[in-house]
Amino acid sequence: MSAAASNGFEPVIGLEVHAQLLTRTKQFCSCPTSFGAEPNTNVCPVCLGLPGALPVLNAEAVSMAVRTALALHCTIRERSIFARKNYFYPDLPKGYQISQFDLPFSEHGWLEIPDPASPEGTRRVGITRVHLEEDAGKNLHGVVLAEGRSVVDLNRAGTPLIEIVGEPELRSAADAVAYLKQLRDILVALGVNDGNLEEGSFRCDVNISVRPRGSSVLGTRVEIKNVNSFRHVQRAIEFETARLAAVVEAGERFGQHTRQWNDTEGSTVFLREKEGSDDYRYFPDPDLPPLVLESAWVEARRRELPELPADRRARLCSALKLSPYDAEVLTGHPRIAEFFDGVLATRPEDPVWAKRAANFVMTEVLADTRTHGLQASFPATPAQISAILELVDAGTLSGKQAKELYARVRGTPDDPASVAAAAGMVQMSDTALLEELCRKILESNPKQVAAYRGGKSGTLGFFVGHVMKETKGSANPAIVNELLRKLLAT
Amino acid sequence: MDLLDGSLVTLADAVRDGTISALEVADATLARISAAGADATGTYLDVDAERTRAQARAVDDKRARGEALGALAGVPIGLKDALCTRDARTTCGSKILEGFRPPYDATAVARLRAADAVFTGKLNMDEFAMGSSNENSAYGPVKNPWDPTRVPGGSSGGSAVAVASGLAHATLGSDTGGSIRQPAALCGVVGLKPTYGRVSRYGLVAFASSLDQIGPFARDVRGAARVLEVIAGHDGHDATSVPRPVEDFVGACGRDPKGLRVGVPEEYLRAAGDSGLEPDVQASIEQALRALEGLGCTLVPIHMPHTRHAVATYYVVATAEASSNLARFDGVRYGVRVDPGRDLEAMYGATRDRGFGAEVKRRILLGTYVLSAGYYDAYYTKALKVRTLIRRDFEAAFAQCDVIAGPTSPQVAWPLGEKVDDPLKMYLADVFTLPASLAGVPGISVPAAPSKTGLPIGLQLVADAWQEARLLTLAHAFEQVSPAKGLRPSAIAR
Ligand SMILES: [Zn+2]
Repeated sequence: MSAAASNGFEPVIGLEVHAQLLTRTKQFCSCPTSFGAEPNTNVCPVCLGLPGALPVLNAEAVSMAVRTALALHCTIRERSIFARKNYFYPDLPKGYQISQFDLPFSEHGWLEIPDPASPEGTRRVGITRVHLEEDAGKNLHGVVLAEGRSVVDLNRAGTPLIEIVGEPELRSAADAVAYLKQLRDILVALGVNDGNLEEGSFRCDVNISVRPRGSSVLGTRVEIKNVNSFRHVQRAIEFETARLAAVVEAGERFGQHTRQWNDTEGSTVFLREKEGSDDYRYFPDPDLPPLVLESAWVEARRRELPELPADRRARLCSALKLSPYDAEVLTGHPRIAEFFDGVLATRPEDPVWAKRAANFVMTEVLADTRTHGLQASFPATPAQISAILELVDAGTLSGKQAKELYARVRGTPDDPASVAAAAGMVQMSDTALLEELCRKILESNPKQVAAYRGGKSGTLGFFVGHVMKETKGSANPAIVNELLRKLLAT
Repeated sequence: MDLLDGSLVTLADAVRDGTISALEVADATLARISAAGADATGTYLDVDAERTRAQARAVDDKRARGEALGALAGVPIGLKDALCTRDARTTCGSKILEGFRPPYDATAVARLRAADAVFTGKLNMDEFAMGSSNENSAYGPVKNPWDPTRVPGGSSGGSAVAVASGLAHATLGSDTGGSIRQPAALCGVVGLKPTYGRVSRYGLVAFASSLDQIGPFARDVRGAARVLEVIAGHDGHDATSVPRPVEDFVGACGRDPKGLRVGVPEEYLRAAGDSGLEPDVQASIEQALRALEGLGCTLVPIHMPHTRHAVATYYVVATAEASSNLARFDGVRYGVRVDPGRDLEAMYGATRDRGFGAEVKRRILLGTYVLSAGYYDAYYTKALKVRTLIRRDFEAAFAQCDVIAGPTSPQVAWPLGEKVDDPLKMYLADVFTLPASLAGVPGISVPAAPSKTGLPIGLQLVADAWQEARLLTLAHAFEQVSPAKGLRPSAIAR
């Protein structure tokens, strides 16, 4: 593929993710975190950085952050420290950001990404740390009140963030995207983040360097800021890998710096020289006592963790024998995963049932399910779907009839069994009647009969289709198949 | 009006039972302020007679409706201009906040309001509370009512002078390294710095967050105790405020201090030259110690070996925090903006250059330096270690004694202008108040004696954390036998 690979270079990639926590209020004040409000309306003395205002930590944010760290297998520090990161910028009201520096609340975790090369099919990627901090406001570029002035909206200032720093253990753009997707799915499953890259509630910075394949020496690192979709991450890394490989191979020297992905140009551009020159003068924030997380409290949070996407996928694949693709589709969104579990609820360990449920949910239900962030609106309830599938399982309905029944109950609170009975929807299983129909169809299609008897057994489907058409899908397919085989054999 | 010059508790009780109306008290106080020519003395930065009278009328109306009045009913109270007030501008003594009107009240201010106090106005101070003489105010110095050619101390100079000259019955100040106790000593009034965490800092414009603490100035110890009862107590808006019950501090005044062990640090009274301790001050404090013995206390010699590092430690910790706390004054959202029209950097630079005074800039630079990469460990980390040692000095001392006694200030009020060109000399004026600030323990300054030249000298008493009641008991008992009892600046005495 890329020039880098052919030149024998490999990229070393680590990702830093900033995820907004879905708390009701901000990190250090009681302003709402809701978006879309008029600029500078969800603000108070604290998040405006007014003189004399003081931060008070949001307990809900701590709880969400700790659950995230536990889901990422991190160790929790019993006593962590909030620090001030000092720098001037108009979207930073206090002149410093409250973050965590040398003593974050959690460290040393990992998550699993798919790895076809390994026997388990997965590989662990290290998580360096997860820490809590606050978001800045937004400079509203393009809004100009007067010449030379720009506008700042501080509604977002003080929104709780977690920063998740990954180890530089990713070796390709595909690795990086897989890592991000896994991480996003975990946060979404925990209900702590809406997983929205485009709107900036899940933001990714890419740290990347290249080195000759097989070397263990790290090259000079560049950071690509705020890459805001999986596709952009993929393209930015592929581009930067090739660019760096070319630069390194040409023997050019360069310092650590920050770049920006320009998706229209399909390239990264130089933004600024890197941190060596920046000194944020971190020091412990004297307004906030150390964050103390007692182990009993942490263990209680651990017990609250829901089944995570990877575990759910493993359960669907191994115990219920679904394909990895089906499992992926049915666990990708937390509400869909819950919905599917609801359909499975009556027979949670039955692979046949699981397969039928998976097919039905994927082909029918998901076609008109709307998701928005963490929310999803379904056209029917899991109980309605499982009632429809029960009728199929009992032989009362054909597959086609099941779809018809679904179309009738969709968007209603009605009980599928009652609707089916009222509409006289019953599968045709009368053998005598079906046999007569099959004979007629064979008689009027002598060519196909000859073909079948000449060895083209695939022609059977042709006859089955005709029977179904004649019966408007109500014929019991198992009986039809059996009858046709018998008649064709004679 | 006798009530105006009497005790705070008596005045509040008189307003409560209707002996005098809050409006009468307010008018009498406003008359004094206007007679004193507040502008001339520079004590007040903001007085609005109508605002004060309206507040007083509201208290009287409340009484007329038959509602019970609060613990500070009708008491005229002035506020250091570092405290945010929703109905008065808050400048913190700085040009950069000229005309700034906060949309909210500091918690301590709100509690005073709820206790039916009546605000006289906002009081002058060293800019951002940085100073020991009140000469660093962007709005001019404050003069000492005992001798107008001398400083009142700082940084809460206006708060001390207002009480000393009867221009408020009590005031609030803030103490970071001595900014309540030292001006109280130099102006001959009572000034109390509570335990760190006792009074919410919410709404106090921050200088050094780990040291700042709001406290009262009053004419007598009991008055300070009453104000403390009102402003103390846990506040959900300040994560460093501590949920401890507010005790009966007024009741603690009048208890017998007999049997209290009073620690006398060798280091505080040693050779006068070392700490700049004036012989006159030394003699008065030794006399005060004998008075404490006379009250039945036992004097215990103690050692505070790290006292000599307090000034250096303080000026690293406090300036580091200040350099960050003052970053928000950037001209973007409020206060003064100076925009040369070039770019953002130029706007920041011009705003802060024109907005801040010399001492504030000096401390921001110092604080930025000690937090910088490569210097952080040598200065900031080391200062935190020494701060721990100073705290341990107190722990060891309080294993041997109940209260520590010594001078509040090594010298009496000095002439205006004497130290303005020598910051280090100015910093040394806080040598006796800094240790208690670094340790977070409560301290009080009580008038101890007039000097030979008639200037006030203060006795500083320091107790262990949360032992304000004990501190007040001893301070109150001493106040009754102090040679300074009843002394007023000549302007008031007539
Ligand atoms: Zn807010």
